[in-house]
Amino acid sequence: MRHTITVLVENEFGVLTRVAGLFSARGYNIESLNVAPIQDKTVSRMTIVTRGDERAIEQIKKQLNKLIPVIKVDDISHTVHLEREMLLVKVAASPESYNALLELADSFGAKVVDDHIDSHMILELTGKAQQLDEFLSRLSDFDVTAMTRTGPVGMRRDAKGFNLD
Amino acid sequence: MKLSGAEIVVECLKREGVDTIFGYPGGAVLQIYDAIFQQSHFKHYLVRHEQAALHAASGYARVSGKCGVALVTSGPGATNAVTGLADALADSTPLVCFSGQVTSALIGNDAFQEADVVGITRSATKHNFLVKRAEDLALIIRQAFHIATTGRPGPVLIDIPKDVSINICEFVWPEAVNMRSYQPVTQGHPGQIKKAVKAMLACQRPVIYSGGGIMNSVGSAALLRELSHSLNAPVTNTLMGLGGIPYDDPHFLGMLGMHGTYEANMAVSHCDLLVAVGSRFDDRVTGKLEAFAPDAKIIHIDIDPSSISKNIHAHLPIVGDVGVVLKQILEEIARKNGAPNADALALWWEQIAEWRAVDSLHFEQLPDAPIKPQRVIQAVHEITHGNAVVATDVGQHQMWAAQHYGFRKPHRWVTSGGLGTMGYGLPAGMGAQIAVPDERVVVFTGDASIQMCIQELATMYQYRLPIIIIILNNAYMGMVRQWQEMFYESRYSQSYFDSLPDFVKLAEAYRGTGLKVDHIEQLDSVLEQAFAIKNERFVLVDVAVSKEENVYPMVPAGAALNEMVLS
Ligand SMILES: Cc1ncc(C[n+]2csc(CCOP(=O)(O)OP(=O)(O)O)c2C)c(N)n1
Ligand SMILES: [Mg+2]
Repeated sequence: MRHTITVLVENEFGVLTRVAGLFSARGYNIESLNVAPIQDKTVSRMTIVTRGDERAIEQIKKQLNKLIPVIKVDDISHTVHLEREMLLVKVAASPESYNALLELADSFGAKVVDDHIDSHMILELTGKAQQLDEFLSRLSDFDVTAMTRTGPVGMRRDAKGFNLD
Repeated sequence: MKLSGAEIVVECLKREGVDTIFGYPGGAVLQIYDAIFQQSHFKHYLVRHEQAALHAASGYARVSGKCGVALVTSGPGATNAVTGLADALADSTPLVCFSGQVTSALIGNDAFQEADVVGITRSATKHNFLVKRAEDLALIIRQAFHIATTGRPGPVLIDIPKDVSINICEFVWPEAVNMRSYQPVTQGHPGQIKKAVKAMLACQRPVIYSGGGIMNSVGSAALLRELSHSLNAPVTNTLMGLGGIPYDDPHFLGMLGMHGTYEANMAVSHCDLLVAVGSRFDDRVTGKLEAFAPDAKIIHIDIDPSSISKNIHAHLPIVGDVGVVLKQILEEIARKNGAPNADALALWWEQIAEWRAVDSLHFEQLPDAPIKPQRVIQAVHEITHGNAVVATDVGQHQMWAAQHYGFRKPHRWVTSGGLGTMGYGLPAGMGAQIAVPDERVVVFTGDASIQMCIQELATMYQYRLPIIIIILNNAYMGMVRQWQEMFYESRYSQSYFDSLPDFVKLAEAYRGTGLKVDHIEQLDSVLEQAFAIKNERFVLVDVAVSKEENVYPMVPAGAALNEMVLS
């Protein structure tokens, strides 16, 4: 089962290594890991996407909690939540392919960030992982020269906050 | 008050109530050593290898119930300490280790004696810190002691760059430590306590299985015994839990697991309620998981939530300090004024008596025959009346000591359980002797293990530690040889020594007393002689034991507990 776990950690030196090290030392899968500070700059929020059976996920949550700088752990997989990911993709462009690329970008709601008709374009798309996958597969007809994805960030949809208290 | 970083270290140790530290100097910690030279609040013991500093601190902590403290230099000093940290992590021993680091400006430059110690020790510690400014030292030290000694105890490392130990700043002592990200739970959930007591009073075949958690929660051993008596329930201990209940208490079944007694393993295999108290279902305890306590409802009391339902599903988890939770349980039993099912228990004890009658630890010492190692342990028990502090190395001798010594009290058994670290015995025995200078400390070791920290004989001499070291000398890495005999058709690959040193002369070279026992009829008299020596120096007794004796009972790795090999 795929699980999305959000974690609040002390925003201090070495926390990311501790979390990443935990996953590798204990042989847990890690599909993606995303981290950045929240409004209180002493705290960072991570979104970790992992896979495992219930028992493994239970252990992952407990082991995360056991790390000293970890403040809170929430497995949002079974809650009503949303996940978003961002993609930047660089595609070779020519006067022949240019319009088709623009059209494709438009149909997915992707932003054109850089636009050089006889060199390349950079497109930006934010959405569910699946949408990004589809967009990329449609782009396979073109010459993709570079791409990068952030991995998902996630949050519960209800009114409940996820903060220090 | 303006202090240098090094003086802050000393001042904080004083305020933490530290009276003993173990260490070894080097360039990156010279400033701290200079501050130590000028103080008189605690005593520094100079070991001969950094691994020993950590093991000594561990022995000291286990026997005194206080936090062990060690100090090592950067690079090789710190890497030598890693085994001791990993050992303390596996056995939940509270330690704080200070390591020197190269000057901040040089970090990352492959400087002389630089190692990424925070990186290397990340998975060998409960937590570690790199100190960036002298101003941060006091708070970090305070947090380190807090983390090491609370929750599930463990080792914490503080890496101090040389410039941080030199820089001067205003000293501010943080009165309280409050970490929003670290708040261990000590009280058991009242609802769970009620359910647990209900199960305890309703069961027919209970077993209490207690571990090292009883040692970490000082005072809890008495409560464990009270619970056992009030439920009339048998108790088995893990290797780390020995001494949790007196060996001669009729409720004690002996140790369980790979080299546990027949009655302990059979009782666990047939019980209908297993109460795990500060124990973690280690693979050496459970054997084959699917066959472990198959009919039992499992109550698991532990301070570490990640230990619960890790290997074995707990039907009724209780997170909390075992001492606090045992008290809550006893109060609930008293409140309910309940009594266990006497008829069912009578049948259960009858069954246990049958298993006991198998006498699985039995051995026979014939006159003129080679000395049985078990007999040596038994003889030491007789001389010390089961009151000695016993430290061990790792191997067959460790298992025989666990099976045959017979402990009366907690905090008297100092062994490396989780990591199984050869070399632990001598330094851990030193730390223990320093913690209880007026008590008798005995180290049981093997001809192979003793050579892994033998240099510590020099430390024992320097501080006049009157430790009795007994080598159960089988001229083999006995435990390795046993596995090779049983599982590799007796191909003794690299487990035999044909160049053992003369241990008696070695003891004398290190200025202690060396004695030798070759025949069974000498055993008692030489031991008496050893225990009677009163010159404050260590005594080493090299006992030539039966070479191919095996440790039994034995549950082969991966087999079920009730599939023991008895001989
Ligand atoms: C540092 C370390 N290396 C290797 C081992 C594997 N090992 C476990 S027991 C043992 C043999 C110990 O021999 P000895 O000290 O003579 O004790 P005996 O089993 O003969 O009583 C070995 C090599 C270990 N536990 N620790
Ligand atoms: Mg040996």
